[in-house]
Amino acid sequence: MRHRSLLILTTALTTGALTLSACGSRDDKGDDGKSEGKQTTVVIGLDAPLTGDLSALGQGIKNSAELALNNANKTKEVPGVTFRFRALDDQAQPTSGQQNATKLAGDKQVLGIVGPLNSSVAQSMQQVAQSNNIALISPANTTPDLSQGKDWKQDKRKRQFSTYFRTSTTDEVQGSFGGKYAYEQIKAKTVYVIDDQKTYGVGLAAAFTTKFTALGGKVVGTEHVNPEDRDFKAIVSKVKTASPDLVFYGGEYPASAPLSQQLKDGGVKAPLMGGDGMYSGDYITLNKKSAGDYATSVGKPVEQLDSAKKFIADYKTAGYKDRYEAYGGSTYDATWALVQAVKAVVSANDGKLPSDARAKIVDALNKVEFDGVTGPVSFDKYGDTTNTLITAYQVDAGQWKSRYSAEYKG
Amino acid sequence: MHELPQQLANGLILGAMYGLIAIGYTMVYGIVQLINFAHGEIFMVGGFGALTAHLALPDGTALALALPLMVLGGVLASVTIGVAAERFAYRPLRGAPRLAPLITAIGLSIALQQAIWKWYPDAKKARVFPQFKGESLDILGVTVQRGEIFLLIAAPLCMLALGLFVARTRTGRGMQATAQDPDTAKLMGINTDRIIVIAFAIGAAFAAIAAVAHGLKYGQVDFRMGFITGLKAFTAAVLGGIGNIYGAMLGGVVLGVAEALATGYIEEIPGMTQFGGGSWKDVWAFVLLILVLLLRPQGLLGERVADRA
Repeated sequence: MRHRSLLILTTALTTGALTLSACGSRDDKGDDGKSEGKQTTVVIGLDAPLTGDLSALGQGIKNSAELALNNANKTKEVPGVTFRFRALDDQAQPTSGQQNATKLAGDKQVLGIVGPLNSSVAQSMQQVAQSNNIALISPANTTPDLSQGKDWKQDKRKRQFSTYFRTSTTDEVQGSFGGKYAYEQIKAKTVYVIDDQKTYGVGLAAAFTTKFTALGGKVVGTEHVNPEDRDFKAIVSKVKTASPDLVFYGGEYPASAPLSQQLKDGGVKAPLMGGDGMYSGDYITLNKKSAGDYATSVGKPVEQLDSAKKFIADYKTAGYKDRYEAYGGSTYDATWALVQAVKAVVSANDGKLPSDARAKIVDALNKVEFDGVTGPVSFDKYGDTTNTLITAYQVDAGQWKSRYSAEYKG
Repeated sequence: MHELPQQLANGLILGAMYGLIAIGYTMVYGIVQLINFAHGEIFMVGGFGALTAHLALPDGTALALALPLMVLGGVLASVTIGVAAERFAYRPLRGAPRLAPLITAIGLSIALQQAIWKWYPDAKKARVFPQFKGESLDILGVTVQRGEIFLLIAAPLCMLALGLFVARTRTGRGMQATAQDPDTAKLMGINTDRIIVIAFAIGAAFAAIAAVAHGLKYGQVDFRMGFITGLKAFTAAVLGGIGNIYGAMLGGVVLGVAEALATGYIEEIPGMTQFGGGSWKDVWAFVLLILVLLLRPQGLLGERVADRA
């Protein structure tokens, strides 16, 4: 018996392995065939949380990237090249992100990856992208460490990965902007700072605190929660006793929506303020007492930018079910940066894709410059966007209303 | 310690919810010695059942009027899934080594999560659950959310009803007999299969009531909400003495209060600042569990039974 099952197992494994390797070789051939033909297919990969808590943001990212590639195909932005799109779901889990990066890097036609949403996921993907020399452009990562290394606070900045870029500003910029806005415009003098212990939340809260206290504000209490928590009543009681002018939350809307509601139910009058992770329509639908809360987000509201009018119209025409949310514009720009890089590489090589296309695209990205949805797009020596425009929003009559936009200069 | 009454109330309310769910773990374990790890998902399905009932009603129905129907919808969904799980997943494995039903339970838990994720409309992210309008109430200086009133009324009522049912009715006594010795109970003419189904159904119904309370409290239900909450409720059942229904409620309340107090006060102990706050509350809850199990391995209200240690 035992021998027979072993035999069956071995047979199954061998067959499986043969089938898989057959697939691989067929793919390779297909690749060559297409390159010789008139149209070369370039696949742009995408990694974002398409399901789960953060899927509202993730779906917006996916749709916006797809829209950019469809537009590039329609207008024949890169002559001789047809873009295809391959979107994978990471459910905001670093482990899934890493598997997705490996999967995309293993597909030879994939020449660049847009994503991910979460900084913690990016940490797990960067190494994979680097070792495969494939460009990874995030529309939403804001942790400074990702591009500048962990010693950025001491101003010992060093580029971490030559293949990593982003079209969103860092927490250093966003958190400081938030701290300044809270002190100077909301006129808060005391703040209670809560974070969710994730890479993004901790970084944002730290940058906020640094700026807020430097200006003369006072932190009357700090608290850390788990991102999966939905019961914050014990914390609410502590905040109530501390009675701050403002509560700051470093984290995302699935937790901050119930937190805000419980704060107000518990008798805390101070509004809750957060970063771009809180700037989502779902924050308002999940939170009946969101009125008066603040969030900062990167860029300017796309609705107010002339450069974004076409994007908004196109998005509407495409008839997507989900909204483009906070990162629609920056995703479009990230994808378009890849399109431009492919264009530069192809035109420098007599209209054909070179054999080391991935590496050349990474080089080209450093020089990319164009007017995107969110404003002028280009990358600095760390791979960060040169655009430091940030906007503060407030919930008013069931909607995020923009209150103040500025380029942050420290 | 000025916010102590509020923190105790927070813990009590959270604990009552854990307790209601813990009943399901404890009853099933008491009768068939099975840890039904899918119970957290039965709780979650109850939340979606209640939401479906609410969506089926015409828009603008007052929540107070809709609530009985939502409870009914939730109970219906949970009980259906609970009884089906017993019939098709656990009954065929009765008498099999204990690991087999345990693994089945874990598999069922994942399957239920994924089923809701895949087929319930828009359930890939958190769905909004209706909540009572208006400011929260102030009772003797303690702030209580309107939605929590439901739980504060439902939990004691459920416990009372269950206590009476088990002690006074024929079926309830049959349940006790089956828990003590299933084989002898069978010889005495008790339909043990029916008793087991009833135990699953009661546990599922209580989980559904807890799920409605969860929805009213937090304003959302999502497909993953059963996992952490179910784990906490299981802890509550063990803490109170698994197999004992009053122990489950007591364990829930102790766990809830421990979490609230750990969040509120641990960091005020000199030298313990970094071990306090919301991020460490689960650690302290489990430290408490370990201490209780060291001193009273049978749990707070559990009986020392040789073959169940």
